[in-house]
Amino acid sequence: MRIGTLKTSYAADEALFDTRLQKLLILLACAAAVLFPFVASPYWLFLACLCAINVASATGLNILTGYTGLVSLGQAAFMSVGAYTVAVLEIHAGTPFLLNLLVGGLLTALVGIGVGIPSLRVKGLYLAIATIAASVVLHFVFAHWPLTGGMQGLSMPPARLFGMALDQPFQLYWLILPVTGLMVLGAANLFRTRVGRAFIAIRDRDISAEVLGIPLLRYKLMSFAVSSFYAGLAGGLWAYFFRVVTPESFPLVNSIFYLAAIIVGGMGTILGGILGAVFMTMVPELLKFVAGLVTPFYPDALALLAPVRTIVFGSLIVGFLIFEPHGLAEIWRRIRRFFHLWPFRT
Amino acid sequence: MTEAARDVILDVEGVSLAFGGVRALTDVSFSVRRGSITAVIGPNGAGKTSLFNTISGFYRPRSGNIAFDGRSLAGTAPPERARLGLARTFQNIALFRGMTVLDNIKLGRHAHMRTGLLDALVYRGRARREELELRAEIEERIIDFLEIQHIRNAPVATLPYGLRKRVELARALAMRPRLLMLDEPVAGMNREETEDMARFILDVKEEWDVTILMVEHDMGMVMDISDHVVVLNFGQVIAEGGPAAVQADPAVVAAYLGAGDLGRRLSGPEAA
Repeated sequence: MRIGTLKTSYAADEALFDTRLQKLLILLACAAAVLFPFVASPYWLFLACLCAINVASATGLNILTGYTGLVSLGQAAFMSVGAYTVAVLEIHAGTPFLLNLLVGGLLTALVGIGVGIPSLRVKGLYLAIATIAASVVLHFVFAHWPLTGGMQGLSMPPARLFGMALDQPFQLYWLILPVTGLMVLGAANLFRTRVGRAFIAIRDRDISAEVLGIPLLRYKLMSFAVSSFYAGLAGGLWAYFFRVVTPESFPLVNSIFYLAAIIVGGMGTILGGILGAVFMTMVPELLKFVAGLVTPFYPDALALLAPVRTIVFGSLIVGFLIFEPHGLAEIWRRIRRFFHLWPFRT
Repeated sequence: MTEAARDVILDVEGVSLAFGGVRALTDVSFSVRRGSITAVIGPNGAGKTSLFNTISGFYRPRSGNIAFDGRSLAGTAPPERARLGLARTFQNIALFRGMTVLDNIKLGRHAHMRTGLLDALVYRGRARREELELRAEIEERIIDFLEIQHIRNAPVATLPYGLRKRVELARALAMRPRLLMLDEPVAGMNREETEDMARFILDVKEEWDVTILMVEHDMGMVMDISDHVVVLNFGQVIAEGGPAAVQADPAVVAAYLGAGDLGRRLSGPEAA
């Protein structure tokens, strides 16, 4: 049982990780992340990269939807802006990949601000519809603009670092994981400051936010900008990972996937974005594993995978909304509390 | 500026407000003296909260002018008014339910902080320094002062009503206000909570050098702590002056007797 957290400075009380066990766990996780590529098979590395890209994007959506309360169904479309920007720059300009990613993120942030302008007047469902409309427009642009290669899309060369091509999951892992790590850290920091608090204030009660001196439009647009910057970076990483970007790479279903990820993980918590994205990325793998197990008894199991996957996704969302509306992050908090209080119970 | 004008922190002059055909405020004029506690009273529907919302900048008056510290507030948006030093609490508590008490209070300082988006993402330099300074000041000046140490990390949603009112006051104080507007600070409180709140309001005035403008129905408290009372009825000022003078004003008694119970409390022994 923890009998008290005695701190001697405000800095210690404001720290991101406040217990020694927490710091230890984070160190262990970092060590595991560094060692992972040396022991894992390429397939597991592929999954790890995919998880990281989804974590980056889900964290971005969490800033906008979970923390600021602005529902968006445009996350996948924002990712496509980042992905296309990176692909075009890589093909035509050949600039360094970090610069391309940054430009992709910034350009997406601009698009996000544009899409966010109606958010001062429309909220909830109506805003969600407006973001869907923006997705459709972006899809149309990418499918018809010669620069983006029409329906065939773009095939791009791999990222290069000191003449070495980053084209295998093993190499890309060292690009994708650190970038995602920094993005998540940035988001966590954001909510320790006035900017993040202003976002939450807008979500919880926007009239009194104004009385406290928070200009609503500016902060809503800022939230859109940060969120789409994250989507753009995630899209850029995605482009370097798959190296083919087509208008069908980022369908509306993917936007719903990210929304589902933050619902399942826990809206308005950093941990929720991470857990939700990893969980939702791994569910299809789990299903494949189960299908493999039952194939000897039921040979058609693999053929049923696709429809079963959709059903499982749907029931997960409904189940979490009903039984665990605060998501996986809340389950994690309960486990922590249990050990803090042990041997007593709440 | 004349001597008398410099003494006035808020000057409401000829303010009229209408919603469609309903006239909420008609030619309302009064002024709030620096360092005073001014109470606005009146029967239900008299336009007290409309008046507050007009001063806050939510409603634009159809005519008239509101000047804060000698500067007209016309065309000033609510966030800008917060920066000028105008703070308020709400009748039905407008705290952020998902946040802790500490975060709610920190939000009060928003307008006076300068951390930008990029500083915030890295949490180094200015962002960190500002946050830690803010934390220290809130702990040492506000949380101690309002005696809410034990709930600083509690989510607002778990707190009882009386404490929430106190947290809302704490948040308003974090705004470094020069004029603090309290909309029914003791509504729904029992005698003990009311006395606590009255003590806090008096202490705020004395120790923080803040002028207070409040709407309140609790006549006992209004008469005890205010320096100046403005009486509204049907959107018009029907009387103003010291508590005793207002209490004796026949127009006020008539307005309240017409409204029922409050009239008896105002003219009865309890108020004296």
